[in-house]
Amino acid sequence: MEKVKKIKGGDVRTASRLIRNLEDGVIEARSTIKHIFPLTGRAHVIGLTGSPGAGKSTLVDGLVESFRKKDKTVGVLAVDPTSPFTGGAILGDRIRMQRHAEDPGVFVRSLATRGALGGLAKAVGDAIHILDVMGKDKVIVETVGTGQQEVDIINHSHTVLVVLIPGMGDEIQAIKAGIMEIADIFVINKADREGSSKLRREIMAMLDMAPPETFAAGWRPPIIRVDNAFEPEGFGKSLEELSATIEKHYEHLVQHNLIGSRVRRKAAVELNEAIRNSVLEPVLNRLVQDGEIEGMIQKLINKETDPYTLADDVARRYLKECDA
Amino acid sequence: MADKKIRVMVAKPGLDGHDRGARVLARCFRDAGFEVIYTGCHQTPEQIASAAIQEDVDVVGLSCLSGAHRYLFPAVAKLLKEQGADDITVVGGGIIPEQDFQMLYDAGLKAVWVPGATLDSIVEWFRTNVQPRN
Repeated sequence: MEKVKKIKGGDVRTASRLIRNLEDGVIEARSTIKHIFPLTGRAHVIGLTGSPGAGKSTLVDGLVESFRKKDKTVGVLAVDPTSPFTGGAILGDRIRMQRHAEDPGVFVRSLATRGALGGLAKAVGDAIHILDVMGKDKVIVETVGTGQQEVDIINHSHTVLVVLIPGMGDEIQAIKAGIMEIADIFVINKADREGSSKLRREIMAMLDMAPPETFAAGWRPPIIRVDNAFEPEGFGKSLEELSATIEKHYEHLVQHNLIGSRVRRKAAVELNEAIRNSVLEPVLNRLVQDGEIEGMIQKLINKETDPYTLADDVARRYLKECDA
Repeated sequence: MADKKIRVMVAKPGLDGHDRGARVLARCFRDAGFEVIYTGCHQTPEQIASAAIQEDVDVVGLSCLSGAHRYLFPAVAKLLKEQGADDITVVGGGIIPEQDFQMLYDAGLKAVWVPGATLDSIVEWFRTNVQPRN
């Protein structure tokens, strides 16, 4: 396929357009992905997550620089939220990364969540594949500013960085479920601020309490302090340490045959998503087109029936093999 | 179902740091349901063109209040053309004397706005003249 060949050759326009068509739900784009998929699996995918304003974009920018120094090519996917009211979005992560705009070894693409809830955009999984096939050595995925439980990033990354900043809450936050459980590496960003040692102690205590089998093949998430980005020297040093730790984590995955389990996790999620797309979406589209869905909603408002009865009825009509 | 969104890049080329207007527009485009990529200030035309291609936007909106639009705006349009991306619409705004309009249109800009233009009229222009691409 012509498009796949171009993407393999690193063509930015073709790649970017394909990502866009996937975001827009253009059917033909899916058939291109069918040809992309078999070629994937080369890139090291690094996920960054953390609260809004934690400094994720600035860290990504620093990591890009550090990987470029080692002659690695880098793809970045930066996700920002879509307005639930207008469907519009301001994608501002790129502001921090613009100094790499002219470097042909770096490809930065912003994505809006468009209603996805897990901290990523729907097209992220496929966009990672595309950057991978373009030949990027490192693919960095930056989530939206997250709260406590947007953890979809683990389904798509080999290495997950959870970015924290001092002063965001007491020690109870550190033992809660969710985002604190998914880190392969913790980053304490803006570590020159008050409270960073306390934050470090809290993470340590949390890790100390974790059952040993939590740490795959003995990888206990290291905690990296990153100094103020406005002090280039200290920031640069922190970033070197961080990127070296990321490399170490990848080596750890390779050495202990753990890449497979991450690949499996991603494959399972993608299959799930694809089935949803192929099975559920056409049915929903039909119901919307026929206007039937409006009638159903009205019935619910009038309390004539309940959502489960209606869903069972739809299933009986459209699913032949399964017992509804 | 395909849901095509208009993608807009709002960019500030050159040394001008007055970005209030650019940010107001970014917000207004968001409220109009567009996806807006904002580059921040102090961008070279090369950075803007390259970013526009990476982001696959429909429109690049340039803002310049310093008087350097005569050089900077055509430079962006030219770079996009050289990279085979002249299907990306380029528009601009700022403190721009009327006698410069024609040279900007000749350079490939499709619209120019100056102080006094209403947000509604700009959004309306986008809705009429910009189609999300295939």
